[in-house]
Amino acid sequence: MGVADTYRRFQQWAERRLPALTRYRRPESLPVELHRRRIYIVPSGLGAAFGVLLMIMLAGALNYANNAALLLTCMLAAACTASMLVAFRALDGLRLTAIQAGHATAGEALTLQLHVDAGVRARQAIRMEMDGRMQAFAVRAHQQLPVEIALQTDRRGWQQLPRIQLWTSWPLGLFRAWSWLYPDMSVLVWPRPEAEGPPPRSPTDDPTHQRLHHGDDLAALRDYRAGDSQRRIAWKASARHEGLLVKDFEQPRPRLEWRLDWRDLKHLDSESRISRLARWLGEAEARGVPSSLWLPGEEIGHGAGPAHYARCMNALAKLP
Amino acid sequence: MSPASNNAEAKTFGLFRRKRDEAPLDTRVFDLLCLTAAVVLVLHAIHLPPWLDAALMAVLALRWWQRRRKPGRAPAYLKLPLVVMLAATVIFHYGNIFGREPGSALAVGLLVLKLLETETARDAKVAVAFACFTLMAALLSDQGMVATFVVALGLLPAVASLRALQPARLPTSLPRELLPALGLLAAALPLSLLAFVLVPRLESPLWGAPPSGQARTGLSDGMSPGDFVDLLTDDRPALRASFDQGVPAPEQRYFRAYVMWHYDGRRWNSVPSGRAPVPVEAIDSIGYRIALEPTSQRVLPALDVPLEAPPNATLGSDHDITSSKPVQDPLTYELRSAVRYRLQPELDDFARRRALQLPEGFNPRALALAAQWKQAYGTRDAAIVAAALSLFHDGGFSYTLAPAPLGRDAVDDFLFGTHEGFCEHYASAFTVLMRAAGVPARVVTGYQGGYWNKLGQYLLVRQSDAHAWSEVWLDGRGWVRIDPTAAVRPERVSLGAAAAAAAAGQSEWQGAAWLRDLRNRWDVVNHWWSEGVIGFDALRQRGLLTPFGVRNTDTMTLSVLLAASSVAFALLGLAWALWRRRDEDPLRAALRTLERKLALAGVARRSSEGPQHYLQRAARALPGQRAQLDQLMRSYLDLRYAHQTPPPDPLRRFRRAVREFRPRHVVK
Repeated sequence: MGVADTYRRFQQWAERRLPALTRYRRPESLPVELHRRRIYIVPSGLGAAFGVLLMIMLAGALNYANNAALLLTCMLAAACTASMLVAFRALDGLRLTAIQAGHATAGEALTLQLHVDAGVRARQAIRMEMDGRMQAFAVRAHQQLPVEIALQTDRRGWQQLPRIQLWTSWPLGLFRAWSWLYPDMSVLVWPRPEAEGPPPRSPTDDPTHQRLHHGDDLAALRDYRAGDSQRRIAWKASARHEGLLVKDFEQPRPRLEWRLDWRDLKHLDSESRISRLARWLGEAEARGVPSSLWLPGEEIGHGAGPAHYARCMNALAKLP
Repeated sequence: MSPASNNAEAKTFGLFRRKRDEAPLDTRVFDLLCLTAAVVLVLHAIHLPPWLDAALMAVLALRWWQRRRKPGRAPAYLKLPLVVMLAATVIFHYGNIFGREPGSALAVGLLVLKLLETETARDAKVAVAFACFTLMAALLSDQGMVATFVVALGLLPAVASLRALQPARLPTSLPRELLPALGLLAAALPLSLLAFVLVPRLESPLWGAPPSGQARTGLSDGMSPGDFVDLLTDDRPALRASFDQGVPAPEQRYFRAYVMWHYDGRRWNSVPSGRAPVPVEAIDSIGYRIALEPTSQRVLPALDVPLEAPPNATLGSDHDITSSKPVQDPLTYELRSAVRYRLQPELDDFARRRALQLPEGFNPRALALAAQWKQAYGTRDAAIVAAALSLFHDGGFSYTLAPAPLGRDAVDDFLFGTHEGFCEHYASAFTVLMRAAGVPARVVTGYQGGYWNKLGQYLLVRQSDAHAWSEVWLDGRGWVRIDPTAAVRPERVSLGAAAAAAAAGQSEWQGAAWLRDLRNRWDVVNHWWSEGVIGFDALRQRGLLTPFGVRNTDTMTLSVLLAASSVAFALLGLAWALWRRRDEDPLRAALRTLERKLALAGVARRSSEGPQHYLQRAARALPGQRAQLDQLMRSYLDLRYAHQTPPPDPLRRFRRAVREFRPRHVVK
């Protein structure tokens, strides 16, 4: 573990200090096509071991002046060398055409779909590696394939995609060909909801949080009782009647609606406010309660459903 | 088609990665590994003791069956005793553990045992590398063409195993796994041939080639009647000879190997006298080249009387050739031999004594017969020879490869009892008779006859052509070859041992005649192989390169040549790797062709112009072809914009129209 960390730190330092060493380090726009100027090849460990083996075989064949063995050794060596070109061709012309990002809250893994276009030839045993996660795939010629790979997130907000390595040791594992991709793309990571906390103030506690719904349908007329609002007196009907009649509207049960407001959480710092709002939004989405959200700089009206939830979470995520 | 579920979290740190290949191997990979090991085993089977073959094959089959049922390593208490047992059996059988034979037996055994513990990708890689090495080891004992081809084919499952180790492959069947490997090897062939030609050969071995413990059947420096039985039924090639001009007549095709002077009553032995080669007066000589199969002996057979020895060999006093070291690998040498000659015109006393030596107290009846002849013919040695030959011819002797056994007085028993035998019996009896009659004589063994392969222009001599004859010294003529077998069975000399046996009614031992003929013809391929590949040494290397102006073929020059031509091949390979098939729209390609033609005529497309404007402008510029260009423009627009994909028929017409369009130059 220590070695890995040291190496990673060294790599980061090297990239800061020596940008010329790592070409294509600037983010690039999609689609990205791999070509000869960005594909690198080195022998793998197995390749090096095989090289040593070939040298031993060569020495043996020459020593015993055994031409058949020499021919076999030459053949194996030439085949190994040819596999290097095959490794190059496995990557050459491969295109990354699009990236679709899913949603995730900070701390969770975000699923990315990287659409890979095979081009004119089939590709096998290509490995995509990003931030320590790897996914191997094969794709037939002239086909596209969405490769799913998870991206670990740590905090809310825009997160630039890390560099992606496409590599392969196709066909024999003797050579490792790779190319770095650095797509210019950021994904929005939603804030992590707080683990627990108070529920939003219920509408009954605070009238401002509840809009009373007087039903619109006239249910019945009844006699006036002291305290009835004058506006509800049915004057025309009362004129034909002895006493005053009052329009009795259907009184629906108050519809539950959460008005989530940034300003109501003045006692918290902004990150706590965000995570609390995120939790409330999550609960509202889970219960199917419509909600609205007020944020500094953005106000989102009432709504429900995944699209509404995503819109609210995006807004939260983008808060400074 | 979905990404394979190989979401193993790899701990990566750049190039140096510690992979955790601990996932169990795919069944396909293991099947291929078992196939590889089986091929290796089969290739080595001939050289290993049969019980070891059977045991290893059984272990391999058991392991394959066990892993199909439930993957898992064989436990250590099973593995370790097996390894110890393997080493013990190899030491027990071969006496030691080093050298080609025990080494390859051990390697094959270890490869099979390696599969017992092969469960991860790492194990599989080790097994494949080791299998490649073991495959090469199979060639150390047999570098024939068939063996080499089979070994090369043995690389296929090995390469396919490596390929099958890769994750996320498109699914294929097991036989189809081998095809890409075949393609890779085929693609590698030109480069490997080039490397083969140019790799500098070693002047002398880096480490001593260990003596081969293998006893090869072949001629030996001793002979007693009956020794040749195994040899005469062995139809492996012994040597191939090609001649500078014309092939000698069948009765001249005597290849001398050993000259035997000393007789102890049972065996004839060749005892080197250590003297300088005796003088020879050559009247007629012939140049030729012999490609000798490995014999484990030091003698180099040569036609009749060779005049001098090839490099690394010495000429003995009787013009027999001895190599400086035993012939363990195919060897080619060039010689010049006298075919009409007077060998040792003057016989000194020492030589005469040796040539008349007979052991005391053996073969009294033969000695009596010889004394009788000596009395009758006196010093007319030629007459004595003729008397002996006519005895063999008319005395009721027969030629057989299965003669009755002889007693202590072998020559007496043969001459006066059994009356049957083959070349050894006749040569031995004849020489004893000659010596007893006072004619200096000796036994010579070697090969006689051979099959002339017209296609390859060479004489194929098999082990079954082994022969023994006599040489007698006649005053004024020197040593003269006398073949007593020919007196009994002339076919032996003109047609070979098989024909002689066939004439004696013992035909079955070498198969049908047509089969023999076919095999003799097929041998030309082996000949080419051993000439072109096995015999390709530093000398040939020079010969091949001289026409290209390379005079000096030292290691440095060859290395430079090898490097240069490898670079040339690398460029070729790179061109292939970088070449991209143009995945282009045929319609756009056709339009581009049209643009090129018009540009030559003086109407180049501007970057701001769409096809419509451009072709309209071209029509204005080439008024003579206005109608044609209008038509082309309309069909292009129709093809491009009226359909999702251009319909094939109109597209073909459009492309043909473009092809046939010839713009006339703009008149300015």
